[in-house]
Amino acid sequence: MTQLPASTDRKMGLVIDLDTCVGCHACVIACKGWNDQGYGAPLSDQDPYGAAPQGTFLNRVHTYEVTPESGGAAQTVHFPKSCLHCDDAPCVTVCPTGASYKRTEDGIVLVNESSCIGCGLCAWACPYGAREMDKAEGVMKKCTLCVDRIYNDNLPEEDREPACVRTCPAGARHFGDLGDPGSAVSQLVAERGGMDLMPELGTKPVNKYLPPRPKDDQINILAPLLEPVAETPQGFLGWLDRALDRLPGGSA
Amino acid sequence: MHPAPSVIAFTTLSGFGLGLLFWLGLGLPPVTGWAAFFYYLLGFGLAVGGLAASTFHLGHPERAWRALTQWRSSWLSREGCLAVAGLLLMGLFALGAVFFGAHWQPLGWLGALLCLATVWATAMIYTQLKTVPRWHQPGTPALFLALSLSGGAIFAAPALAPLLLALAGAAQLWVWHAGDRRFAEAGSTMQTATGLGDGGGLRQIASPHTGSNYLLDEMVFVVGRKHARKLRGLAFLGMVALPVLGLTLSHHPVMLALVAALHLAGVGVSRWLFFAQAEHVVGLYYGKR
Repeated sequence: MTQLPASTDRKMGLVIDLDTCVGCHACVIACKGWNDQGYGAPLSDQDPYGAAPQGTFLNRVHTYEVTPESGGAAQTVHFPKSCLHCDDAPCVTVCPTGASYKRTEDGIVLVNESSCIGCGLCAWACPYGAREMDKAEGVMKKCTLCVDRIYNDNLPEEDREPACVRTCPAGARHFGDLGDPGSAVSQLVAERGGMDLMPELGTKPVNKYLPPRPKDDQINILAPLLEPVAETPQGFLGWLDRALDRLPGGSA
Repeated sequence: MHPAPSVIAFTTLSGFGLGLLFWLGLGLPPVTGWAAFFYYLLGFGLAVGGLAASTFHLGHPERAWRALTQWRSSWLSREGCLAVAGLLLMGLFALGAVFFGAHWQPLGWLGALLCLATVWATAMIYTQLKTVPRWHQPGTPALFLALSLSGGAIFAAPALAPLLLALAGAAQLWVWHAGDRRFAEAGSTMQTATGLGDGGGLRQIASPHTGSNYLLDEMVFVVGRKHARKLRGLAFLGMVALPVLGLTLSHHPVMLALVAALHLAGVGVSRWLFFAQAEHVVGLYYGKR
């Protein structure tokens, strides 16, 4: 049913720390790897070794350069983007077949691939580019929050989190219940001023982004001490300098 | 947005066909027998042909019947339900007109209403999308309805058609004028999309992928926008100006066919622009529009 639940028992989602992310794309690869072997149709590639390779991904990392208005040093920010599992998910309500749905128990937005007709309207309705049509399978793919990992008793307990979170070497991705104000992720969001993407569209995303911390204005107070002490070489280098000067050919 | 030929053909042809069926349902013109047969053949041919074309862009057309189930929330589903209901009722009404020389009028009125509602639902599929500000405006359904009514009137009520075509032309100018400002009005920027920056510089310095992808192919279509002004002129000429001129000269069937062909070509160009000029907010993540 493509009507949204009035409320969900939990709001499972991700908190992504833009200050910590190093832009290694390991989460992209872990996501692609995991989602090639379990839940739903595998994420296909088209022309992977050819001139114009393309493929389906559920998580992609943009890289931005942010320059403060005041002038200061520019910052490079790596920006992973996947489904935000919105409370008011426009992708769900537009679905004509009931394939797209938001789960009442944990708020995860999923696609029932055997009902999906591949019309693509949900991808149009999503502001974040979180949904991609799989060109081989003709059905819509999206982040499942690794629903086949997080409740999977066959996995060791430390692996029962989304593949992207499990693999992140920088600890920039956090997984938990954002509906519980006492959870670690909720406290992280409160502490660091976690933000919504495109809040003006009223989608009420569950996933939050932690803004990069501002850089210090004075990058290093020791910089003046690092200036070259001697402009004129002394000793052996001084002799070498004078000897080379005497050779014909002038100086560069 | 990527202007898929199947969707352009669908909205153009079925809009025209449903408009024609609307007038026939009202009893305009009050045809029976063979004449009615050809009128309904044209109306159903365009409406059903358009609907069939719309399934060509689906990944799984064999599951299209499932699209009739979610009418409570989905405009696409409502469109399907209204189309099936409208075409069934108009089919019965056509049966009466063709074989029994009778106009079972309440049936026709209801069928006409459903045909028009189908066009409205088609327009709402686009209008509802906040992610495409150009479409998210009241002018969109007004234009779709005006084009459907005026297109159908070319055959059904040629005397009335010039007035309706002029109204459709006005709606089109309004939609273009308002649409060009919608993206800025909606207020989404790269800064709101990423939450980054304080209003200083913000640009993408590395794309997530070296090639293209589904998002860029489908939603960041920029080819042909540079010809938009000329195409708008051609679209207006074909769908409004020349048909009005033609209808003032003559109502001969050959002229009507010519006018309808010009009108459909014009609407096709306008519909192409409707997609090609529509900018999806996801482009902001790529620093593209």
